[in-house]
Amino acid sequence: MAGGQVEKQVKYKSSVKDPGTPGFLRIKEGMLLFVPNDPKSESKLKMQTQNISGQKYTKEGSNKPPWLNLSNKQGRSHIFEFENYSDMHTCRDFINKALAKSEEEPKKPAVSSSAEKLSNAEFELRFKLLRENSELQRLHKQLVESKVLTEDEFWATRKKLLGKDSNRKSKQQVGLKSMMVSGIKPSTDGRTNRVTFNLTSEIIFQIFAEKPAVRQAFINYVPSKMTEKDFWTKYFRAEYLYSTKNTAVAAAEAAEDEQLAVFLKPDEILARETRQKIRRVDPSLDMEADRGEDYSHLKGHGIQRDGTNDVVEPQNGQFKRSLQQDLNRHSAVVLEGRNIDVDSEDTRLVAEALARAKQVSKADGESTKDANQERLARMSRAAEMEDLQAPQNFPLAPLSIKDPRDYFESQQGNVLNEPRGAGSLKRNVHEAYGLLRESILEIRTTGLSYPLIKPEVSLEVFSSLTRTISTAKNIIGKNPRESFLDRLPKSTKDEVLHHWTSIQELLRHFWSSYPITTTYLHTKVAKLKEAMSNTYSQLDAMKQSVQTDLRHQVSLLVRPMQQALDAAFQHHEADLQRRSAKSVGGGSG
Amino acid sequence: MASVTSKLYSDDVSLLVLLLDTNPFYWSTTSIKFSQFLSHVLAFLNAVLGLNQLNQVVVIATGYSSCDYIYDSSLTPNGHFESSGTGMPAIFSSLLKKLDEFSAKDEELCKEEDNEKRVASSLLSGSLSMALCYIQRVFRSGHLHPQPRILCLQGSPDGPEQYVAVMNSIFSAQRLMVPIDSCYIGTQNSAFLQQASYITGGVHHSPKQLDGLFQYLTTIFATDLYTRGFVQLPKPVGVDFRASCFCHKKTIDMGYICSVCLSIFCEHHKKCSTCGSVFGQSKLDEASSVANKKRKAPDS
Repeated sequence: MAGGQVEKQVKYKSSVKDPGTPGFLRIKEGMLLFVPNDPKSESKLKMQTQNISGQKYTKEGSNKPPWLNLSNKQGRSHIFEFENYSDMHTCRDFINKALAKSEEEPKKPAVSSSAEKLSNAEFELRFKLLRENSELQRLHKQLVESKVLTEDEFWATRKKLLGKDSNRKSKQQVGLKSMMVSGIKPSTDGRTNRVTFNLTSEIIFQIFAEKPAVRQAFINYVPSKMTEKDFWTKYFRAEYLYSTKNTAVAAAEAAEDEQLAVFLKPDEILARETRQKIRRVDPSLDMEADRGEDYSHLKGHGIQRDGTNDVVEPQNGQFKRSLQQDLNRHSAVVLEGRNIDVDSEDTRLVAEALARAKQVSKADGESTKDANQERLARMSRAAEMEDLQAPQNFPLAPLSIKDPRDYFESQQGNVLNEPRGAGSLKRNVHEAYGLLRESILEIRTTGLSYPLIKPEVSLEVFSSLTRTISTAKNIIGKNPRESFLDRLPKSTKDEVLHHWTSIQELLRHFWSSYPITTTYLHTKVAKLKEAMSNTYSQLDAMKQSVQTDLRHQVSLLVRPMQQALDAAFQHHEADLQRRSAKSVGGGSG
Repeated sequence: MASVTSKLYSDDVSLLVLLLDTNPFYWSTTSIKFSQFLSHVLAFLNAVLGLNQLNQVVVIATGYSSCDYIYDSSLTPNGHFESSGTGMPAIFSSLLKKLDEFSAKDEELCKEEDNEKRVASSLLSGSLSMALCYIQRVFRSGHLHPQPRILCLQGSPDGPEQYVAVMNSIFSAQRLMVPIDSCYIGTQNSAFLQQASYITGGVHHSPKQLDGLFQYLTTIFATDLYTRGFVQLPKPVGVDFRASCFCHKKTIDMGYICSVCLSIFCEHHKKCSTCGSVFGQSKLDEASSVANKKRKAPDS
């Protein structure tokens, strides 16, 4: 197998519709090479057999020409048209062998880093990243496809990107909608008295979560006493009665039908929970003090859920729920979230799971019940009396500027002690002040100079100011926040930005390869250096090509890039020299 | 009556606080004489007062070792013209008299001080503080007041030892929303004034021709705050943001910052001289070993 090589005359097509480029397909161990007959043709292809993920071929006897379709792991496919079927089969067998071999290989400890076998998922992820990020794609195209960096080297610095993406895939738990159940409005057809409620499993879940009594009733009645459909019909009948605010009718119907009454009466389970919660309230909570914030006098307090005012009818009061109660209950459920993991269409399963979840939390509550009394006592003991507390020692050093004058004067002192070269010329104080006062005297006696300003000077100042302002506008732009980049033509701007990212990428790889310890790093650095010098000349070319009025600004932008590259070149040269000196020294010694 | 006053104090009435550099060590080195400079400035002040009847001008002299108010147009009765043959309005002869007295006093103080080592800078921090105090008093006098702004006419170089005080004044001005305009006529460039104007939203300009100073002043610095909304004024291309270190008062590009109180130092100290925080040893070695570990982990 070693040295095995197959060479066949084929036509290469990048897609089915491509007329195809005639050339030679050469398959060696681990490598697939297509050399077109026309040396100027673009469609050269070099592919590692381990990148082949699958192959398709046309069957003998079908009226299609002998095609072999190889798809690689990036999802691209390459089609080869052979002269006859036997050629195709020879190639196919060869590729099959090579594939089988490359699949064995990763089981051995990978010797060369490029042979690292990557899972399909990871490839997909990379591909997706490239697709989403056009800048990355451009960089990838430039650096990897021109063989400056290998695929793995390129991604090695972007592990974070890959890692982050895989984390994102974890499924997020979906919460509840914030819409209230009571917001489900019946739809009427307008002709008959029939009303229709639409029920989905999500709404059912919400009803069960918000109204434990309904849930309990469902578990009790369905399916032993009634069907699920009947249950919901009854429930919505109750809701409908409730929404019509006809409490008298509601009371009458409740008296007749005990199951219906369940829906209309205040929720017993909820009430029990509430009582329990109230018992757990911190006894030091001063409700009296909160009276000031009482909002019951506000307009809108006590309104019904559909916005009408609450008219208290004491005899039927039990069939009423206030908007406040509904809102509170709803928000509690939304905050609690979907805490059961049942994703089932079966309503009964949902109801039971919810009931179980509640039971667990209730059991937690009950276990503390006995300890309640003791807890209260302990709490009253532990209630903090601020003035009786020992001073708390925080593990912090407080900022201490003891004397604010230190801030200014100590530093002033330092200055005076500091010998100062430039300012130490001994001044003739008297002379200086004399001159100043002479000037003052002069203007006092002779008045303002006349003429104050020469017209020519004035004109000159004016025109220079106008020039300054207009050029400043040109440089800074109308909007001072608008950067110079935005004023460049789009292609130049893109080019500058692209150069910047690619230089950063190259430099990152360049500096991380030092010190050069292996021949692998040595070749990598050589490749990088060549790519960098290409970029350098491209930068120069770009500088020359821009318009003259922008050239200065562009060269300002380009300069730091070239400086960074220069530093790298210098290091490279120095390193080479040191190496050669060493090897010469080693040879002679 | 109140409505009349509010109408009078429309948004283009200004209170201009002018900080006049009277540093003798600067004026003894310049090409333009102080008297010529004063002519331009006085003419400018007159122009500002003429722009609006309610405009108010306050002049503070910024000396070498002291500063003082030398003129306040609200205290001087307006409209009296002295006919002493000099053609000088009475208001300015009082200003010049005060200025003369001030420089005499400043000289006394300068002689008492025995440090010849200080840079020949003016007490900008002092005059800025006085200007802000004056403006604060105007603000507290009621809600009807002219729009204040500060104009620094500075020629002497920055005194790095005043860095903290000047910056504090600048930030106070920023908080009061008082713009600090600056006209720097010296040969170097003034980082203080550039920063002051940048931070407070004022105008900074350094005229190139000092004999045309009046033109610069009236064209750029006479515009009131309302007018600035629609007038193109020269904008600086860059701002010198360098700070002075607290230890030697040198202007530095790069330095050490106390992580507790943000004091600036030009060299590494064991302890912050401002707040007393003790700085730990650099953990560079540890950090690099951690980085190595981190680098290895994802490879495996």
